[in-house]
Amino acid sequence: MTATKAPTEPPPQLRTVRRPGDRVFAGGAKGSGIFILLVLAGVAAFLISEAIPALTAPAEDIPDGEGLASYIGPLILGTLLGAVLALLVATPLSVGIALYVTYYAPRRIAAVMGYVIDLLAAIPSVVYGFWGLAVLAPALVPFHVWAADNLSWIPFFAGPASTSGRTMLTVGLVLAVMILPIISAIAREVFSQAPALHREAALALGATRWEMIKIAVLPYGKSGVIAGAMLGLGRALGETMAVAIILSGGAGATVNLISNSNPSTIASNIALRFPEATGLGVNTLIASGLVLFVITLAVNMLARWIVDRRADFSGAN
Amino acid sequence: MSIATQSALETSVPQQEPVRARRRLSRPALVGLYLAGVALGAALSAVTGFAVTSTVVYGVVLATLVVYVATRAVEGRRKAADRLVTCLVTTAFGIAMIPLVSLVYTVLEKGLARFDGAFFSNSMFRVVGEGGGAYHAILGTLVITALATLISVPIGLMTAIYLVEYGSGRLKRAITFFVDVMTGIPSIVAGLFAFALFTLLFGNDVRMGVMGAVALSVLMIPVVVRSCEEVLKLVPNELREASYALGVPKWRTVVKVVLPTAVAGLGTGVTLAVARVVGETAPLLITVGLITSTNLNPFGGRMATLPVFAYYQLTQPGTATQAFLDRAWTAALVLIILVMALNVVARLISRFFAPKTGH
Repeated sequence: MTATKAPTEPPPQLRTVRRPGDRVFAGGAKGSGIFILLVLAGVAAFLISEAIPALTAPAEDIPDGEGLASYIGPLILGTLLGAVLALLVATPLSVGIALYVTYYAPRRIAAVMGYVIDLLAAIPSVVYGFWGLAVLAPALVPFHVWAADNLSWIPFFAGPASTSGRTMLTVGLVLAVMILPIISAIAREVFSQAPALHREAALALGATRWEMIKIAVLPYGKSGVIAGAMLGLGRALGETMAVAIILSGGAGATVNLISNSNPSTIASNIALRFPEATGLGVNTLIASGLVLFVITLAVNMLARWIVDRRADFSGAN
Repeated sequence: MSIATQSALETSVPQQEPVRARRRLSRPALVGLYLAGVALGAALSAVTGFAVTSTVVYGVVLATLVVYVATRAVEGRRKAADRLVTCLVTTAFGIAMIPLVSLVYTVLEKGLARFDGAFFSNSMFRVVGEGGGAYHAILGTLVITALATLISVPIGLMTAIYLVEYGSGRLKRAITFFVDVMTGIPSIVAGLFAFALFTLLFGNDVRMGVMGAVALSVLMIPVVVRSCEEVLKLVPNELREASYALGVPKWRTVVKVVLPTAVAGLGTGVTLAVARVVGETAPLLITVGLITSTNLNPFGGRMATLPVFAYYQLTQPGTATQAFLDRAWTAALVLIILVMALNVVARLISRFFAPKTGH
């Protein structure tokens, strides 16, 4: 050992050679990485540059004639309303699904069940729109009527009930189905990573399965579930086609979930109006897209920050 | 194990027993109780006017309650809570299955009406009523998706190589973070980006297939980076070190050793990324538009794509409404088949091209 170590100073001719091939390849790899950062910056830059005419235009030139704020305001409300509704429905369901797949389902078919849930994520959003319009909306009409009759003291169910079911409530439920696989995939991962020693210790002390999950799994997976929910929220905020097909939107700001007049969402408004828009209309739509970009970027960065913080933690286990 | 403990308890100290803890509901009894609850729900639903939905809802709620109450009476509070959660969690999974089954069934039922040869061999050129097909849209989707793959895979793969083989420090962290953030960009924003970019380059009202490909690439690149990065990380370091020890330069090590080892995983990742964007509608709607004839030149004007075709057939039916709806649902069916086929191909790739593990 000592013999091979003897020449401590490497002779100068043995220094690492930087071959041109190496330099080109490393440069290409690094360049691609930087290019991705540039693309993200470019998304922001090009959106801003195309949105500026709408930001600086006088209020009466904006479509609807009342200025940018009152044009985008109801859209933001509609976007948040649908996405938050989806989140409220999807998060508890996803946690349940994740627990079922990780700790309740028979071992042999658990993997298959996880795969089946993942299939929900593979279905294109336009097909969800078709399904929501043709199946879910008519199926929910009785519930709309019931809610208008019995729950109208809650502002969300003020009514009058829609007869077509093409409401924010239906949209929220379709969005919930679309983000289920996202949240449950992440929840599944963190639940399955819960330290086996903690779980076995809980069971050895006589805990039932649910007590074991309450003690050992849920505290460990909490931040993962929160991050997954945030990612799902980001997805729901930006969802376009399903909303554009189902919602009969376009009315002003209202939180009424079950009537025919709903605020549209930013993304679906763009999809519906963009093909026919001209001039300043295009700039206005791009300005609303910029708002959506900023909102989803903030939500996603927060989610990733939570995930990364958790990754630092779990190294200790 | 628990049974053994209990019997030991019974034999050793028969007088001071926790009566409840010893009694257990057998599995058939539980199933029977659950079914009784469902039957109760069906009866309740029959009283209020029979409907399948209310039967299922009442049935599941009542069955869960029955199991809870029975377990609580026989086995105690803790066991009852455990059973309750088991019921809830299983129900959650069942609820998630409803939309999947309903959706696949609906698309199959409505989509098979026009699932014929004409749908795959005709375009919509000069078709105003029945007939016609999605030949132009299917080819357009293939061309644009192929172009997007052509743009995304080199950039995504090289970035993954940078992150795994070269990257360090702040730049690596920044790229990882922003690639993650980029996966969350709404597809419509990607479309607006491509539109703004090409408007600045070519003037107003430009519509080209390549715009759609660029928009899809923005959505696809982060997916490719993430999956390729995960796969490259799995390549054992010993292989790299063996290669360096033989005096092979780093870039040739990556190209000749690391990439061939990981090729199965890379193929799977890329295929899944393609599956993710092939059904995207919104960015294509605002960048590529739609035409009725066949245009396969991504640099020459509007093109037809399958998702946009389906959307317009559904939302803007002409006078022959049913023919338009049939075409829309068949297009949706073809889209689902395409995505599922890509998912299956991805699995097959990882199975058949996996590196041989023989020593």
